[in-house]
Amino acid sequence: MPLLRVENLKAYYLMDIYGIKRAVRAVDGVSFQVEENSIFGIAGESGCGKTSLIKVLSATFTPPLTVQEGKVIYELGNGGTDILSLDGEHLRKLRWEFFSYVPQGSMNVLNPVRRVRNTFHDFVGAHRVGAPPDFLGDVTEHLGHLGLPPEVLASYPHQLSGGMRQRITLALATILKPRLILADEPTTALDVVVQRGVVQLLKRIQAEQKNTLILVTHDMAVQANLADRLAIMYAGKIVEEAPTAELFGNPLHPYTGYLIGSLPRIGDKAYKVSAPGAPPSLASLPGGCRFHPRCPHAMDVCRTEEPELSDMASGHKLACFLHGQARRG
Amino acid sequence: MGRRDVDSGGSRLLSVEQLTKRFILGGGLSRVRLVAVSNASFQMGLAGPEIFTLAGESGSGKTTLARMILGFIEPTSGSILYKGRDVTRIHGRARRLEFMKDVQGIFQDPFDTFNPLKRIETYLRQTALNYSIAATGREAERVVGEALAAVGLSLQEIKGRYPHELSGGQAQRTSVARALVTRPSLLVADEPVSMVDASLRMSIVNLFRKFKEERGISVLYITHDLATAYYVSDRIAVMLRGAIIEIGSIDKVLGEPLHPYTRLLRDSVPEPDPRGKWTEEIELGTLEIKEYAQSGCKFAGRCPREIAVCRATEPPGVEMKDRIVRCHLYK
Amino acid sequence: MLNVLRDLLRHDGRFIFGFCMILGIVFLALLYFFCPYDLSIWNTVPRDRPPSARYLLGTNSQGQDVFWYATAAIRNSLLIGIVAASLSRVVAVLVALIAGYRGGRVDRVLMSVNDSFVVLPLLPVLVLVASMLKGKMGILGLGVILAIFGWAWDARLIRAQILSLREREFTKTAILSGMSSLRLVLGEHLPFVIPLIMATAINNMIFVIGTEIVLAVFGLSSLETPTLGTMIYWSVNYQAMLLGIWWWILTPVVICILLILSLYMLSVSISDFLDPRTRLQVIKAKG
Repeated sequence: MPLLRVENLKAYYLMDIYGIKRAVRAVDGVSFQVEENSIFGIAGESGCGKTSLIKVLSATFTPPLTVQEGKVIYELGNGGTDILSLDGEHLRKLRWEFFSYVPQGSMNVLNPVRRVRNTFHDFVGAHRVGAPPDFLGDVTEHLGHLGLPPEVLASYPHQLSGGMRQRITLALATILKPRLILADEPTTALDVVVQRGVVQLLKRIQAEQKNTLILVTHDMAVQANLADRLAIMYAGKIVEEAPTAELFGNPLHPYTGYLIGSLPRIGDKAYKVSAPGAPPSLASLPGGCRFHPRCPHAMDVCRTEEPELSDMASGHKLACFLHGQARRG
Repeated sequence: MGRRDVDSGGSRLLSVEQLTKRFILGGGLSRVRLVAVSNASFQMGLAGPEIFTLAGESGSGKTTLARMILGFIEPTSGSILYKGRDVTRIHGRARRLEFMKDVQGIFQDPFDTFNPLKRIETYLRQTALNYSIAATGREAERVVGEALAAVGLSLQEIKGRYPHELSGGQAQRTSVARALVTRPSLLVADEPVSMVDASLRMSIVNLFRKFKEERGISVLYITHDLATAYYVSDRIAVMLRGAIIEIGSIDKVLGEPLHPYTRLLRDSVPEPDPRGKWTEEIELGTLEIKEYAQSGCKFAGRCPREIAVCRATEPPGVEMKDRIVRCHLYK
Repeated sequence: MLNVLRDLLRHDGRFIFGFCMILGIVFLALLYFFCPYDLSIWNTVPRDRPPSARYLLGTNSQGQDVFWYATAAIRNSLLIGIVAASLSRVVAVLVALIAGYRGGRVDRVLMSVNDSFVVLPLLPVLVLVASMLKGKMGILGLGVILAIFGWAWDARLIRAQILSLREREFTKTAILSGMSSLRLVLGEHLPFVIPLIMATAINNMIFVIGTEIVLAVFGLSSLETPTLGTMIYWSVNYQAMLLGIWWWILTPVVICILLILSLYMLSVSISDFLDPRTRLQVIKAKG
């Protein structure tokens, strides 16, 4: 039973500033499913719309980001609820208890004038009526599970390193044992050793709590280490989706090929290249397949028609005309 | 001011000798002394143009070191000799321009490297005019076009654009083009790809390789990303809390790291391969301030091979056959 | 400059409102040149007449036409505001630039001086100075004195802005591009500093006009000169409210409220528009 089903989601930024009107098509027809007790990765360059997608999935979006159409259906045990149809009060109950959202740069969201334990206290208090008697003991145990020493509870955020703050934010996000964690670039801007610690922490949380993690990051190496299933996003759409091992072993979309092939590794001095050109502006997209201006294999049909995401085999989905894709209409 | 011999200066592009920088934070009653860089020594360009990596995590002092080399900060003690001349004694606008013409820099944030309110090409044009590379506007445009072409961009792509209209990779490449205009011998690149998407890093880093081979430009590459460091550089110095703890050729140091910290760094680089996942879990340090304040080796608290003397005294630099290591284990 | 004005006028309702009001008030101030009476003379017209066709806003207990008196009052209040705001801007910007860019000992000395001015208790000192100079001040003198209290806080704000600008990466790029220090300050940093200067200038004007009114109501301004404050003073002095001569006291109060409100709206709209973050959004939207 998929925990999350996204159906043809479209979310645009509609801006009107000093007389200039723009529609930025951040999420433009995205559909996918996420199974329980798994890690689902969403990868793509900056500006592909993945952060906007996460914001919609966690229902934390505000104007000018508005949902144009589509559904975000969570399996809450009653046959599925479209959270886009819920009001503020219901959403508030769901947040942090059912799903929790760890935004980008979240090492800076801790209240600088409160000690860490008080932040936990405020937090739990806001979501459960009164904190239980042995609250501090629970928190210490939770932190211990995550490899965080109890002395951080008495500290102020500025006394701790960036990596430590990031891990505390993750601890906050998981203390109420949510069934779904949405993490947006949790390892970016961290030192490499700390990054490893955070990645291992995420893995441990998922393994222990048996919940679901949706991980958004452009770093394919981190995805390789964490994700069970990986979706590649480009210019507001998903262009390829497969189990991680399959995707790395057999990337079908040219963009995925670039993403993987451009990664250096120690021990390998062979010449590598990034994808040429730059991603299109989400406000003025090219016609046909959105990747065709940069694609070395672009054919005539790619310039005029958009490929749809469809099943290839063994759970591998692809939106590309290169592999005998059925054409639209 | 003492000028070194021209012949020894000429063969060594950059020579950093016992460089130290101390900051005093806070004031009045609570003053904290921070030693950002501690007796760092290394040399570049001994046998022709090379790409030299200065690697380390945040707080290692690598950025402070870079800023001292560029002349933005004054060292507390030690010397920096560029082509035999003492960098810290360069005074006066004319001498400074002469130095900056030969030593250029690029920085971390592609969107803050250029003033977001100005069109991006003004910096390139300014560089061409201010260093007398071009005398007229038209000549400047030609020079700018050439520099952009060298990094794989065209003047049409960049002309009239503001920084935010470009992607991170394009903006950073424009930054490299700007540095190229003066035809420098040394490029100091301070974390040039940290804020660029992982998949676009090659486009920047390949430029360094190209410039070394085609134009003889040496690059001091400062980063915490060992994968790109391995890909592009010849030699590497690893920094920890202000001190250089291992220095040698890239193959040796990253292939068989001797210092436990270097080993930890190398092992923490994620493999872009689902089959190469980490198996060992690591301990992470908690409070940075503890590490700064401890005596002896700064890695002692986290080191898997710690011995008694490590907490007592700072390890000396040990010269081995293919590198220098600062560790008690190798004395 | 002009396209800033055009953009603001076209799309920002708040700006349009404030702008029109200010225009109206300035127009009234300019009308003063056509004033048919000498306002230092009393009893030029019958006393305490309510507003009528002949006397637009009525007449006061001193036998002066309230409407024409008001135009003089607006003119003088605006003048004080402009003089004080301009003077204090010059001082604030100079101090901030020198302290921000030189740093070191110069910075420390200037900031100590600055702090002394910041902690001066405003009203007691003003009352003291004004009561000593009472009558000998004139509106320009008042403007200068108020300027002395207006620069310190803003100097610190602008200096903070400059200090943060010096650390930005584009400052380093500009230096590496060979730009001279003057070019750096004017070309790179000033576009960020100007919105701050403008916002603080207008806020300073509001502060000055308001403080002048406070001083005048206490009787410490230059009482023969018509200003919004002295108008209130005299009307209170003659107990206009109790005697039912509402047009005398209401006129300066309403004008004062409208003036300060419109200045505030202008200030917010302009600084919003010139704020680098908004400009970034506009640039992104256009591109």
